[in-house]
Amino acid sequence: MENLFVNISGALRGWFAGIGLPPMAVEAVMALVYLVAILAFVLLNVVYLVYLERKISAYMQQRLGPNRVGPRGLFQTLLDVLKLFGKEDIIPNAADRWVFRLAAILVMVPAIMAFAVVPFGQGMIAVDLNIGIFYFVAVSSTATIAFLMAGWGSNNKWALLGGMRTVAQMVSYELPMVLSLLGVVMLAGSLNMSDIMAAQKTVWFVVLQPVAFLIYLVASTAELNRQPFDLPEGEQELTAGPFTEYSGMRYALFFLAEYTNMIAVSAIAATLFLGGPQGPWLPSWLWFVIKVYVMILIYMWFRWTFPRIRIDHLMAFNWKFLVPLSLANVLITGIGLEIYKWYQVIRW
Amino acid sequence: MIGLKKRGDYAMVSPLVFWIVAGVTILAALAVVNLTNLIHSALWLVVAFIGVAITYLILEAEFLAAVQVIVYAGAIAILIVFGVMLTRRGDIRESNLFNNYRIFGGLVSLGLLATIVTMVTKTQWAISGAVVPANQVGLLAQNLLGQFVVPFEIAAVLLLVALVGAIIIAKEVRD
Repeated sequence: MENLFVNISGALRGWFAGIGLPPMAVEAVMALVYLVAILAFVLLNVVYLVYLERKISAYMQQRLGPNRVGPRGLFQTLLDVLKLFGKEDIIPNAADRWVFRLAAILVMVPAIMAFAVVPFGQGMIAVDLNIGIFYFVAVSSTATIAFLMAGWGSNNKWALLGGMRTVAQMVSYELPMVLSLLGVVMLAGSLNMSDIMAAQKTVWFVVLQPVAFLIYLVASTAELNRQPFDLPEGEQELTAGPFTEYSGMRYALFFLAEYTNMIAVSAIAATLFLGGPQGPWLPSWLWFVIKVYVMILIYMWFRWTFPRIRIDHLMAFNWKFLVPLSLANVLITGIGLEIYKWYQVIRW
Repeated sequence: MIGLKKRGDYAMVSPLVFWIVAGVTILAALAVVNLTNLIHSALWLVVAFIGVAITYLILEAEFLAAVQVIVYAGAIAILIVFGVMLTRRGDIRESNLFNNYRIFGGLVSLGLLATIVTMVTKTQWAISGAVVPANQVGLLAQNLLGQFVVPFEIAAVLLLVALVGAIIIAKEVRD
């Protein structure tokens, strides 16, 4: 069981080499196989994350949630997806057509690309880059552009306001998020995901870096534009923010991107703070899925228990509290590392 | 797990990929200059920056490629916001116009292009046969925060000053 997926990958690689493909082509085809596997994993999970979110919100508000389609409403989201496929695709006359169309596609690109460095199990990283976590930061920093393109291209005042808020919020909260990851990188001494996992063999980094974990949790919620930080779309004031003018499949893509990003951010949290795919008894990939879902449940719990905060509070909280705190965390981690080294020297 | 780690793999892919990437980058850069809509220009700038990042990847400078994406491509959103804030024209479709120096400007840029091309072709480039070090990040950190720490910090302060200046121009400090 442990090596199930690694064996499948190995068998496919052997088979491709066996039918006479040159080594370069085998690598290219395997890259495609990894991409398809990641897409399948993400899409399958997103469909049921929407169901999970609706059920959890319902139970938190003493309702039942979807319960009509299929046993316990299990087919609700599947049919919702089919319904979205059939809807008319409306592009406003005054929209900046290409920007409007491209935005819905581009929003998915960074979301999917982030999964290239996610370790789904022992030896199950699609591309084990030396700069692993930095690649994730770089790719996710470009997500802002798609939201701004949607907001601008719609040529709608709510959309533009939402787009501007997205930029302000995502650019600001990126800073404490990256600085909180720095604490982990300092302890592991590497940006590589496998090295960071290996460094947590004995103690998870959530124990050594509790402040960094909390900063990451708050900042990543803001990066995901989820409640209590959902000002970009805040439906009571901006209808749906950058997505106001979108309909049908294009709207679904934004929805999909939000949940895909949530899985990615949870996967990074599980890898950097919760020890990644390792644990007793169960196979590593199952441990990984469990840890990712624990993180996702925390994000959902946040969403349905906190009210939305005001935009000036949002900015003040980030620049006057989170950023100084994350800088202090980096400083204290550095001092701690030096003290630890010094302690190791005098002990011998 | 994808085996693009060995030097030979890159050597096999790079010429073709390089020319495609170079072509796209130059076309994107031309679009930045020639389009009259400021937002479209800024968006084409993203394509140009990502093209440069891929060129760094072909040169096996992974860290530099990621920095290129995060610092340049990632910051385009802010550039657009500043563009919208600073534009004084009523119509965004005519926000990135040409001035009246077409002939003079063309001559200057042709001269600059000729100079750069001659310099690049005339120079004897010393190409190292050594393998790219595995730990690029550590070596970069030692240089940036060791030998070159003063210029590094000065550049940071300079950027901060430019940023504050841009905000003051855009917002027009009152009283």
